[in-house]
Amino acid sequence: MNKVVASAEEAVQDIANGSTIMLGGFGLCGIPENLIAALVKRGLMGLHTISNNMGVDGFGMGLMLEAGMIASHIGSYVGENRRLEQMVLKGELALTLIPQGTLAERIRAGGAGIPAFYTPTGLGTVVAEGKETREIGDRTYVLETALRADVALVKAWKGDRLGNLVYRKTARNFNPVMATAARVTIAEVEELVEPGELDPDHIVTPGIYVKRMVVGREYKKPIESRFIREKMAQAGGAA
Amino acid sequence: MNGKERIARRIAREVKDGYYVNLGIGLPTMVAAYLPLGIDVIFQSENGMLGVGIPPLEDVADPDLINAGKQPVTEIAGSSYFASDESFAMIRGGHMDMSVLGAMQVDEQGNLANWTIPGKMVKGMGGAMDLVAGARRVIVAMEHQTKEGESRILRQCTLPLTGTHVVHDIVTELGWIRVTPDGLMLTEIAEGIGPAEVQARTEAKLAISPDLTAMVVV
Repeated sequence: MNKVVASAEEAVQDIANGSTIMLGGFGLCGIPENLIAALVKRGLMGLHTISNNMGVDGFGMGLMLEAGMIASHIGSYVGENRRLEQMVLKGELALTLIPQGTLAERIRAGGAGIPAFYTPTGLGTVVAEGKETREIGDRTYVLETALRADVALVKAWKGDRLGNLVYRKTARNFNPVMATAARVTIAEVEELVEPGELDPDHIVTPGIYVKRMVVGREYKKPIESRFIREKMAQAGGAA
Repeated sequence: MNGKERIARRIAREVKDGYYVNLGIGLPTMVAAYLPLGIDVIFQSENGMLGVGIPPLEDVADPDLINAGKQPVTEIAGSSYFASDESFAMIRGGHMDMSVLGAMQVDEQGNLANWTIPGKMVKGMGGAMDLVAGARRVIVAMEHQTKEGESRILRQCTLPLTGTHVVHDIVTELGWIRVTPDGLMLTEIAEGIGPAEVQARTEAKLAISPDLTAMVVV
């Protein structure tokens, strides 16, 4: 078994216009940079994206937005993307904002064969409007449905040709859960290792979830917010 | 000491040994810098980390290691990493002792609005709705009024809500306000200001605690 393909372009070549695509990452941390670049190169249109954020102007999913590839988006926070804000205010893009934990759990449910679940999150807010609620014990909960996608694009640190993946620090975020919830999961890794090199006890995404893999190159990994120690001291912090 | 620092320093005194705490983006993040010495507190970041350490020096900032504000952080000995679904399982599941969040508006019922201004600002709720639904204690940290001098503590929030009946305490540079079943109660007050002035700068009705004390900031 060998799930590794030669390039990011090859990995995404069968994705169709109008597909629903999950993209891992939190802000610009742990995003599939190479797969995003390959999608932009292909010039796909009418995509429905599911991702916690939407990159920034000029990087990550911001590139897909600028190329006019995205018809609708589901996420929890898009505060760093001015272009998106303008598009939404003008009605050029259908944006659905949902609570981050509800987003994660809807994806988890999608991957785990659970069609819907009750959550306390969002009760009494616009998030709960039009949704079934139910009293269980002494609290009222909102019914949320599972999310699945045609394709999930995820980024891992190391992986083997069987698709087993491990992640690095907070670059894990939405990647493992999205890997479970798509018909086709494509993983890009920084380093390809031989089967057996990853400690089986430490594997986060078992290979069964991964359909295709590619080794990423030339990672930029920009840091979105440079709030470093000196700056914190200036702001009055003891640090 | 400016108002924000005053707020962060006061809330830091409320954090107890053994607590697991989630700090929101911006002002709440500053709380970590003023913790009392000699207590063990574990900070959670909802992007998937327990044991958030101090910010790194610039030349060692690791792009794979950020907090929920997308700022580089460090790990403490004993940190752990996990995916977003597990991160919110621990938040929603009632495992966080305290959540400190910023706000645009809070009202007499403990309702909170902090994620959108219809027609003007598109940002999103991020993890705030889950945090207020799941944390054992929710403290709002914010400046008492807007830059235009309008009250942020209202009879009823006018912006779309983040949660209903979720706020336990409101801390501003003017004092500590507790949300009670009967409304808001001023329990601590900043130096050099009287209860009447705090009320004058607050739209909501404030009861004054019979045990009103000075807000001690160290």
